[in-house]
Amino acid sequence: MQRRRLKTLSVLVENQPGVLARIAGLIARRGFNIESLAVGPTDDPIFSRMTLVVDESQVHVEQIVKQLYKLINVIKITEFEPDDSVERELMLVSVRATPEKRFQVIELAEIYGGRIADVGADSICLELSGPPGDLDDLLDLLEPHGVSEVARTGRVALERARKATVL
Amino acid sequence: MADRITGSQALVRSLEHVGVDVVFGIPGGAVLPVYDPILDSPIRHILVRHEQGAGHMAQGYYWATGRPGVALVTSGPGVTNILTPITDAFMDSVPIVVIAGQVARAAIGSDAFQEAPTFNMTMPVTKHNFVIMDAAEIPEVIAQAFHIATTGRPGPVYVDLPKDVGVEEMDWWWPEDPGANLPGYKPNVRPHAGQVKKAVELITAAQRPVVYAGGGILKARAAEALRDFCEKTGIHAVTTLMARGALSDEHPLCLGMPGMHGSYTAVTSMQKSDLLIALGSRFDDRVTGRVADFAPHAKVVHVDIDPAELSKVRAADVPIVADCRLAIEALIKEFDKQERRREERGDAPVDRSAWNAQIDAWRSAYPYKYVAGDRPDVVKPQYVLERLNAAAPDAIVTAGVGQHQMFASQWWRFREPYHWINSGGLGTMGFAVPAAVGAQVGAPDKVVWCVDGDGCFQMTMQELITASVEGIPVKVAILNNGYLGMVRQWQDLFYDERHSEIYLSQDVPDYVGLAEAMGCAGFRVDTVDEVDSVIAKAMAITDRPVVVDFRIDPAEHVYPMVPAGKSNDGVILGPAFGQPEHQMAGDGAAPMTSGGEGEVEPPPEHPDGHMTLDKGGF
Repeated sequence: MQRRRLKTLSVLVENQPGVLARIAGLIARRGFNIESLAVGPTDDPIFSRMTLVVDESQVHVEQIVKQLYKLINVIKITEFEPDDSVERELMLVSVRATPEKRFQVIELAEIYGGRIADVGADSICLELSGPPGDLDDLLDLLEPHGVSEVARTGRVALERARKATVL
Repeated sequence: MADRITGSQALVRSLEHVGVDVVFGIPGGAVLPVYDPILDSPIRHILVRHEQGAGHMAQGYYWATGRPGVALVTSGPGVTNILTPITDAFMDSVPIVVIAGQVARAAIGSDAFQEAPTFNMTMPVTKHNFVIMDAAEIPEVIAQAFHIATTGRPGPVYVDLPKDVGVEEMDWWWPEDPGANLPGYKPNVRPHAGQVKKAVELITAAQRPVVYAGGGILKARAAEALRDFCEKTGIHAVTTLMARGALSDEHPLCLGMPGMHGSYTAVTSMQKSDLLIALGSRFDDRVTGRVADFAPHAKVVHVDIDPAELSKVRAADVPIVADCRLAIEALIKEFDKQERRREERGDAPVDRSAWNAQIDAWRSAYPYKYVAGDRPDVVKPQYVLERLNAAAPDAIVTAGVGQHQMFASQWWRFREPYHWINSGGLGTMGFAVPAAVGAQVGAPDKVVWCVDGDGCFQMTMQELITASVEGIPVKVAILNNGYLGMVRQWQDLFYDERHSEIYLSQDVPDYVGLAEAMGCAGFRVDTVDEVDSVIAKAMAITDRPVVVDFRIDPAEHVYPMVPAGKSNDGVILGPAFGQPEHQMAGDGAAPMTSGGEGEVEPPPEHPDGHMTLDKGGF
């Protein structure tokens, strides 16, 4: 299998009824595979932002972008390489943890800056937001303890701010 | 003082404001409120017999007039019935606006009577669609719908109007600028000067350039610009199925239709060219054959108003996003400039005499050709088209999909643009009759001949009732071979003549009786010597539709042919060139080998071929 080359598309859309269906429908219709999709409001109530992650080794990104631009409700698409952007994702993960194992799990979460969202008799729910790779890593470490459920938001991203040029 | 009217009145008034003069439609429950103010409007309403007819009529109307066609239908089945023409218009970039009733707002999503998720269903097959949830929005939505349908790459727009929104009152207003509230819709129409310069550098240097003219030329009203470009540069053009007539077939630089059933010269000149100048064409698979083998030595200049078409199928060396007319005009201007510079430098222009001689040699060696019938009762479809064309050279011609469509595109000599109306991308059987009705409504002074197959005719023939009742005198030539002819051709060639579910009967229905039952004149042609006299009779009737049942040879195949998925180097010329009708299942088609420039290549040999002759009528 080819190495994955993830690319993030930040799509600014008009906040109109059906706009999510338009984008999802287009992606399905043209046979584009996407890794994740996150939708949310922006600072301006007439626009929403959709963040799509695609694997460049599997799909023709230029065609996706051109086809998305054909949708009347799509205003602007920004393409990010992972290095050019700040990317974050939120994960909730429920781990089996009896009281005696609980501190091992909490320790792992703290290493990654995670928080305890809920504690039960024999399980614990962790909350972690951060770069998507960190979420993957924590999940790998929690796996031996017994992960019962995971919910992830899909990543959101914004372009990195321009740094002062040093001459 | 506020002008207080109902949503339905606002809808009809909005249609008047955008210049609509004809609506094709049929009422039903959810669209009843809209039909009431139509009574008081100067807009002509054509009452169709099926919603599919309304959609294709709207398409035909567009082609004949250049103005967007409008269809009005009810909710649920009204919309599902018109999905085919909407999709057809989407594939062929035809601007139509379809307005449909919907159940009342509160009932949407409740599985109400005649409720269907029509907004969702039309989403992937329209350029854009709307659902109007507030009567105050109606004028702006209608203005936007026509703006979107007719600008940029044209296409169908669908508007869903819930019944109670049509009843609700609103204060009439009209938006000054239909694009004002469409922040995501700004089509690029002006070509980039740097790209134009690069394109002309390739054009002036090319030894074997060919213009690949597509339907975008007609959408941009760029036929004159195309002719100027070809004449100025001396470059030949092929005109695709969607662009027949964009350059006159009588023009010495016109090579006719390329593609699967295109002329040998059109196909081969593209294959051998070193520069394809694609103008409003999209490298459709019926044109390219196997893409990897298509025009392998050619660089590509590609002009299209839709950026997504550029480098979608074939990488463009010089992509230009622009309206075709503006782009061609810019190319001409830049060409003049570069030619002046060349003359100042004292350089000779590139010598294309060998290439032009090669094209002439192909043209004279491999024209469209068929084997005439050996009995008077064997009427060849090509002959019918030649005689129809001779009798009505300025007619608008519509066609459905299949053999008759290819014969019509090959044999009709299109001398002007906008005289050929057919379903290209979607390949919709049943397109021709309603499209002809729509074209005749848009062009009442023209003769409109619908060239149809018997299979196609049976899909939408009831619209001849509409034509009779509304006084729309279209003429229908049924090329009746009693078969789904193109499917038969493929079963003959690729399925060892195993005919599966393709026989329709030439005798049932009785087309003459059927025509008369629908209020049309009906004629039947059984022999070659009846062809001209019956055409003359049909031409003389102008007060009602005419149907002519031409009983044609069921065994006739369309040639030339490049089998699907094969290289365009392997054009099969057919029996008129002494090639047996080859058994092409498997790897049958022998590739055509390329000869030196300036000599005519021999037609390919098919050593293992055998004739597949029809065993006679059923």
